[in-house]
Amino acid sequence: MDVFALVTITVLAVFLGFEVVSKVSSTLHTPLMSEANAIHGIILLGAIMVAGQATEPLPLVLSVLAVFLATINIVGGFVVTDRMLVMFAAKPSRAGKKEVSK
Amino acid sequence: MKILNESVVLTGYLVAAILFILALKGLSSPRKARRANRLGATGAVIAIAAYVLGHDIRNGAWIALAVVAGAAIAVPAARRVHMTQMPQLVAAFNGVGGGAAALVAVVEFTHGADAWAGSVIAFTVFIGGLSLTGSFITFGKLQGIITSRAVVFPGLGVLLGVLTLAAIATAVAMVITGNLLYAAALLGIGLVIGVLFVLPIGGADVPIVISLLNAFTGLAVAGSGVMLSNVLLLIAGTLVGASGTILTISMATAMGRSVTGIVFGAFRRARKSG
Repeated sequence: MDVFALVTITVLAVFLGFEVVSKVSSTLHTPLMSEANAIHGIILLGAIMVAGQATEPLPLVLSVLAVFLATINIVGGFVVTDRMLVMFAAKPSRAGKKEVSK
Repeated sequence: MKILNESVVLTGYLVAAILFILALKGLSSPRKARRANRLGATGAVIAIAAYVLGHDIRNGAWIALAVVAGAAIAVPAARRVHMTQMPQLVAAFNGVGGGAAALVAVVEFTHGADAWAGSVIAFTVFIGGLSLTGSFITFGKLQGIITSRAVVFPGLGVLLGVLTLAAIATAVAMVITGNLLYAAALLGIGLVIGVLFVLPIGGADVPIVISLLNAFTGLAVAGSGVMLSNVLLLIAGTLVGASGTILTISMATAMGRSVTGIVFGAFRRARKSG
């Protein structure tokens, strides 16, 4: 990537990041954090990129470990966010009721 | 499999980036939130499918095995976790994500790097490592494995200062020499700093620090995007880094706290008592 494209993309993404969460209510703070956590799980793509090019044992072991960890991040991240949001959908019965089954 | 050509793959990344933005945006409305989360997951699937279908990939069996193993751990954990334990589970997921970013950077470093790429790799290794152990300490605190109170000891601030200088020196040595051992040392220092950074944070402030570490992992992922020349990782990582920072500030404000007060307050107290 040339430096100008890189800086442009980064600066725009920073502003976009500020903008998209600026009006979130405090009840949604935890699900939003969880969603952001799931999204950075896309490091799985980076892990697959390096694992898919590894030829020697050490890089292979490290990058396959990275694939494993990144999968936990992204899959777990989206599933747990969904579970939090199920509770929001079933809201009126607030406190500690049994969770809605899937 | 090289079924898709490069422009199709890049279009897939663009679609994924848009879906990630819509996912974050949709999370601010309780009604749309669940669908927004699905959009985010769809974006991730599209991006990874586009890459896999557009490139010749070695070690496919190992990668598939690692994905299956990771999903086999993550899905039951996310499904069975009790509602009150969700924040620490998010912290744990965040930690492994940071660890993954650090490992990707170390592997990339074995291919050799010029000064610019080396600096980005050093940054990613350090932040990813810090996020890994920091997140696990927050997990331990919320889960009751370690005390949730602030753990401070005399000289903690000095120790962190020394370690930070050591990290900078190691990063410089790593970039200049290209030696993998320095990268490993930098990762080690990042891991230790992650522990020391979170230990002095107590009780109600822990969720705010989880959010801060989440933003850190985002930055590490953005760093990976730069070193791998992957625009999607750069966009997604920067988005999370920026929105995570704002979110951390809003969470702190909602609780009547300030982020700097939380992070540095413990050291001030330590200095007074020590």
